[in-house]
Amino acid sequence: MNLSITKYCSIKNGKVFVDGVEYFSSNEDKLNPFIKEFYRSEKPGYSKFFKMDDISKLGFMATEMLLKDFNKEVSPDKFSIVLSNSKSTLVTDQNFQDTVDKEDEIPSPAIFVYTLPNIMIGEISIRHNLKGENAFFINKNFDSNFISNYVHSLFCNQKTDCCIAGWVDYSNDKYEAFVYLVEKECCNKVANHNNEEINKLYKK
Amino acid sequence: MRNVYFESDNIISSLGFTTNQNIERLKAGDGGITMLNDESIYHESFPISLINKEIFGELSADNNLNKQYTYAEKLCILSVLEALKKSSVDVKSENTIFVFSTTKGNIDLLDKSKSSTFPNERLELWAMSEAVSTYFENKNTPITISNACISGVVAINIASELIQSGQYDNAVVIGVDIVSKFVISGFHSFKSVAYEPCKPFDSERVGLTLGEACGTLILTCDESKISDAKIKYCGGSSANDANHISGPSRTAEGSVIAINKTLQQANCNPSEIDHISAHGTATPYNDEMESIAITRCEMTNAPVNSLKGFWGHTLGAAGVIETIALSHSMRQNIMFPTLGYNTHGVTQNISVIKQTTSKEITKALKMASGFGGCNAALLIEKTK
Repeated sequence: MNLSITKYCSIKNGKVFVDGVEYFSSNEDKLNPFIKEFYRSEKPGYSKFFKMDDISKLGFMATEMLLKDFNKEVSPDKFSIVLSNSKSTLVTDQNFQDTVDKEDEIPSPAIFVYTLPNIMIGEISIRHNLKGENAFFINKNFDSNFISNYVHSLFCNQKTDCCIAGWVDYSNDKYEAFVYLVEKECCNKVANHNNEEINKLYKK
Repeated sequence: MRNVYFESDNIISSLGFTTNQNIERLKAGDGGITMLNDESIYHESFPISLINKEIFGELSADNNLNKQYTYAEKLCILSVLEALKKSSVDVKSENTIFVFSTTKGNIDLLDKSKSSTFPNERLELWAMSEAVSTYFENKNTPITISNACISGVVAINIASELIQSGQYDNAVVIGVDIVSKFVISGFHSFKSVAYEPCKPFDSERVGLTLGEACGTLILTCDESKISDAKIKYCGGSSANDANHISGPSRTAEGSVIAINKTLQQANCNPSEIDHISAHGTATPYNDEMESIAITRCEMTNAPVNSLKGFWGHTLGAAGVIETIALSHSMRQNIMFPTLGYNTHGVTQNISVIKQTTSKEITKALKMASGFGGCNAALLIEKTK
């Protein structure tokens, strides 16, 4: 089965690229002020954004770029999300551990719920009403071969008609999002969905 | 598409260190939840399901597992070693893939009050997986799935699909999560921990009990490797509620999608399901949601159990050990009781199993749900 990538978005080092073209840039080097600045510029009008942890904010804004002009009719249960990273939610884990360690502080449930990487998938699902397959993988580096094979199998097994896939990673000194939209072979593609072309887009 | 069979397994939990020890205690209705009174972890005593540390220490020493491995990694290694005793799968082969399911892996290393010599990198879940697969001299990059409490079911689904599609011949699926102050504090902060052992589907259920466990399930496409009754993987799916990140859908939206897709993939009618192993965490919302899902999917005739009253909620291990238990239910034609269940406490008229019951089981369904609005299901069949 031939699949197409119809849009992709990369966010790192204070810059947002959509389909390889610079879309937004900022002088803020830390993720939190940067992603909030991007939100204010983009104005999605979704106040829940502010209660999310930083990595969810990053994944949320990256997928906004994929879906903000998306107008095809896809059944919600056939719209899947497959994401990956290497650090899971370690920054938020450390924040929660800090509240556990302090004797005069009560551990925060609002932080704890974000100590699971798939919460980001939940946030994106709620935002866009997506009810398809969910998977969050932890790899040392972005494994385009594994992820593309898995996404391919979701289409072949007729479990999905559309899929958001990619990599959203955050550690204390570095953040990186690379997400793309996969559909059945179509005319408005920016690339074919295969390991080689995904890697090319990722390294751009 | 190739067939996938359950070849061998192991469960390490509060109920014991072998699958048999665990199954015998499930049959006997003999749970593993005890009260923990440790002020350094929580200010009042609470129920929990813990692995016996003395026996764990002996087994680790017997197998020369030294300080280069963390607690979670040792559990994984011991569990795989035990599963391999009854297996003819070559774990070193390039045709064998390791698939890990965990929510928090080596999260205990984050606790600075406990001195640790491990590098920070070991907190990354892929590093835990690599430490284990390298111990077994498997050269493939292991797969690690971290998708809250559906991780175990998703890991089995993914491993099975990798074999069905011919990418690998065998898979070693490992589910592990340990009890840590991090996780205990988190669930207590959510006020979702019960002050007495959890009571799935009961009218007096008030919350879950946490537990730690490790399970190994070895899958293969090679029918000749199966000596026992054949348990075949028939299909599985996951779905999101798209409703709330910390509570399930009141209409069981995602769970219904996951179950229906699973039935469709397995080409199976709801009426053919003989037995359901629910997630059954014993939180008021989860169990009610599952009863709605089972009703909406027209499976109210299938007896349902939850094993959380034995093991507690073992997070990333739950889907793996509960599916292993389900496969033994099918082999022995016996359904395990829902420990803690006494008075029916969900609105739907589902049949919750109270006592160990004999029944010929051909097809069975495993359900799971978790934070982030995620749901999953898988279907297995006993064949001749």
